[in-house]
Amino acid sequence: MATEHHNPFAHSPMAQFEIHRFIPMQAGGVDVSFTNSSLFMVVALMAVTLFLSLGMRRGALVPSRWQSMAELSYEFVANMMRDTVGTAGQKFFPFVFTLFMFVLFTNMLGMVPYSFTVTSHIIVTFALASLVFIGVTVLGFIKHGIGYLKLFVPHGVPALLLPLIVVIEVISYLSRPISLSVRLFANMMAGHTMLKVFGGFIIMLGYLGGWLPLAFSVAFIGLEILVAFLQAYVFAVLTCIYLNDALHLH
Amino acid sequence: MPQLVVADFAPQLVWLAITFTLLYLILARVALPRIATTLEKRRDVIANDLDEAGSLKRQGEEALKVYEAALAAARGRALAIAGETRQRLTAESDREKAALGASLARQGAEAGLRIAAAKKEAMTNVRQIAAGAAAGIVAKLLGAAPDGTAVNAAIDATLSGGRD
Repeated sequence: MATEHHNPFAHSPMAQFEIHRFIPMQAGGVDVSFTNSSLFMVVALMAVTLFLSLGMRRGALVPSRWQSMAELSYEFVANMMRDTVGTAGQKFFPFVFTLFMFVLFTNMLGMVPYSFTVTSHIIVTFALASLVFIGVTVLGFIKHGIGYLKLFVPHGVPALLLPLIVVIEVISYLSRPISLSVRLFANMMAGHTMLKVFGGFIIMLGYLGGWLPLAFSVAFIGLEILVAFLQAYVFAVLTCIYLNDALHLH
Repeated sequence: MPQLVVADFAPQLVWLAITFTLLYLILARVALPRIATTLEKRRDVIANDLDEAGSLKRQGEEALKVYEAALAAARGRALAIAGETRQRLTAESDREKAALGASLARQGAEAGLRIAAAKKEAMTNVRQIAAGAAAGIVAKLLGAAPDGTAVNAAIDATLSGGRD
């Protein structure tokens, strides 16, 4: 923390996104330090595990509130997958569910004051999006062989337009991991930066003028909680849609 | 922008891989199967209960049908009994009426006979009185008692004349 004073980001709204190494570690020349980001990943891991296992520990026929919340999350993702992928996607349900819960909990934990938002870092969201992208592409080729490339040739396109359309389709396919990761990262970063900026206004304007930004901040926190949920949902839904493309070639 | 500090990429990626893989394993192996079995168990119980409710409902409907049939039969029997009773009562009252009529007629006839007898008797009495009276009047007027036969003949003539 002492280094913060020499840090170019200190006291700026971006300071909240800094990575701090709590336990510096190296493994095979790779920096594997336990950072604030790692801490909140582990907290999210434990929170999801506790949320589901403690909620379901009785597995009652008539669920308690907590159990019905755990079941609700399960059925929410299960219905989402059924609607977008159909029954063929059952095998990938644990992955999509893990993805949804991980993003949801890291987003929500980021809303706790003084916490760290794991998903506000492009490298994290890009890694998740790449995992989805590579997984879906490999799956598509396993499932359809070289025929998976037909994904880039839509039906009913005039032969004259075909070269152009194929190029556009390829570009849109390749930009999937970028759009997927930037959407989540940018939403999280922008929201938290805005909160910080308006938090700063409250302090600067004090008792005289601070009430307006305070009211705005309160409303904006509500919006950010919605966004935290929505972005986790969007991430999971898009994963399902990509999965559907790979499983059912149009 | 702290997000673009390349030196910070490696620890984030490593810990992301560790935590995400762990979460996946925990959820896929333990948490999700438990939720799935709970949901399935509940679905089974609900389906069973619905089946049972359906069969009970069918039983109830059958019982209702039996009850309605019994009710209809009972109502029919009640109507038949009522009709029969009405007929019997009507017949009985008719019979009694007829008997009463017959006895009244008989009594009427008897009374008629009695009246006729009484009338006859009264007429003979009237004749004797008339004879007595006629004899008396004649005796007063003539000073001598008339011949009984002549009086009787005169009375007979008068009575028969009067009757006509």
